[in-house]
Amino acid sequence: MIVAGIEPKAEMVHWWFATGVLVLGLLFIAQTIVGPEVWGRRPWRRYLWPGFLFLLGVLMWPVMALYTNSMIHMVAHGSWAQTLMIAGAAELGVAHGKLHSQYWRLTSAGAMLVSGTAFLVHEQNGWFFERASFLHHALGWTLIVASVFPLLQAFRPRSVVAASGFAMTFLVIAVFLYCDRDTAPVLGHFSQFAGVPHR
Amino acid sequence: MSADIAQRLHTREQVATRSRRARIVRGLGPLTAVVGIVWAVAQPWRLTLLHPHGQGLWWLIVEPPLYVVLVGVLFRFVVAPGLVEDMEAEE
Repeated sequence: MIVAGIEPKAEMVHWWFATGVLVLGLLFIAQTIVGPEVWGRRPWRRYLWPGFLFLLGVLMWPVMALYTNSMIHMVAHGSWAQTLMIAGAAELGVAHGKLHSQYWRLTSAGAMLVSGTAFLVHEQNGWFFERASFLHHALGWTLIVASVFPLLQAFRPRSVVAASGFAMTFLVIAVFLYCDRDTAPVLGHFSQFAGVPHR
Repeated sequence: MSADIAQRLHTREQVATRSRRARIVRGLGPLTAVVGIVWAVAQPWRLTLLHPHGQGLWWLIVEPPLYVVLVGVLFRFVVAPGLVEDMEAEE
């Protein structure tokens, strides 16, 4: 009960993750613009976004522990944590030179696919129940559709379209997460069962 | 002679592309910061620091538009300078 009283609201956690995802998006865009050779000239830069991805996976564990109000939430948050950490670890291995195969990028595709499915599965309400429901559906489908970009990168690592699409996906996800409110209307829709609406 | 001119034109084109890329990389951070500022102006209620009375600790710490500005500023001063420097070194 004490923890429930002092812990930040779920919408705040979404905004923190939005900030992390925004950082990732900017790093991916910059890497796409300058190319992998220039990006890799400084060792610390090679570890920047894989490290950030891994960190987001680690930070999903407290989310799983503290924001579990149903079994399906626990499974969703736990699977995100695991797949983000796997993708981050694989990319760290590639950055360090321990892993060589381009197919390690498939872990990112897997992470997006699992995350998108988890978003859809753990949202019990319809699209227009309220804003959080709408955004969960939108985020889920965005991640599932966008998982094609890292999939493409695994087979064509130098594809600018795949790299740009991957980077832009993170910006879209950041915008969605920043839009989240615990209870708020979406496009004029707000269920009478959703609670007291915020702006 | 014509091959020399073609080579020089090609080199000039490459330099122009690189400097355009450098400008985009330099501009990413400020652009992000401007988006955050525009968001703060458009939705001032998302900045609880502007109306702090009666707000709890978390609401005073969590200021999403300022986070966006902060990300832009950090990118501009931590990531972009080294990237632009390395692009110029590649030339």
